[in-house]
Amino acid sequence: MIRVTRRYRFAASHRLHSDNLSEEQNRDLYGKCNNPYGHGHDYVLEVTVAGPRDQRSGLVAPIASLDKLVSSEVLQDFDHRFFNADVREFAELVPTSENIIRVIEERLKTRWDTVFPGGWPRLEAIWLQETKRNRFELNETENAR
Amino acid sequence: MYGAAANPNGHGHNYILEVTLEGEPDPVSGMIFDLKRLKDIIQQSVIEPMDHRFLNHEVPPFDKVVPTAENVAVEIWDRLQPQLHGGPARLQNVRLYETEDLYVDYGGEAS
Repeated sequence: MIRVTRRYRFAASHRLHSDNLSEEQNRDLYGKCNNPYGHGHDYVLEVTVAGPRDQRSGLVAPIASLDKLVSSEVLQDFDHRFFNADVREFAELVPTSENIIRVIEERLKTRWDTVFPGGWPRLEAIWLQETKRNRFELNETENAR
Repeated sequence: MYGAAANPNGHGHNYILEVTLEGEPDPVSGMIFDLKRLKDIIQQSVIEPMDHRFLNHEVPPFDKVVPTAENVAVEIWDRLQPQLHGGPARLQNVRLYETEDLYVDYGGEAS
């Protein structure tokens, strides 16, 4: 089994605000991230796939296929957007990095089997860096346990 | 399948290799492995034969095996692993960066 990791970048803005909390509670919980007009990040996204090497090609996955999938399902909708207003999942979901990484997982999984028929490679991990001081990781193998 | 990577006269990368060992520190030395020795092993088995070479022509088995990042990482593992077991430390992972935005990890067939 080999893991292959590909790095992508997108710029997007968000406002952390929960409709389930009062204005004051929102300000206390999210601090500056609750400012009404949002703020932006240069996100770095890593997608890790795992599988055996294809006998003929020596590849775990054609990288161009992964690039196309990530681009069509994630980057095109996320890059240079305001999550709260522009990305449908965040109409009611707070666009924390925790939630963003889950949405990325769901979006990739929706078309995974079409792009990679035959069961390989599998989605292994998603890693999202919001700033150089914050990063979030979702590990599919641990998730399944 | 390979796109621009299939151009007949090849192309180059500034590969970055990360080798991870795992083990309990030796009670006397406080180390799991002598890093100087590790450096020598990597130098001899990987860097000297592969650095500034055209993998397909100059570094077997890549005259017969496609030198994808996956295959190069496995070859590096196979060269290092026999020299890195038996002691308190064992080879845990080989990470090979082909570019800043693409890398592969290999931890042996058991992983």
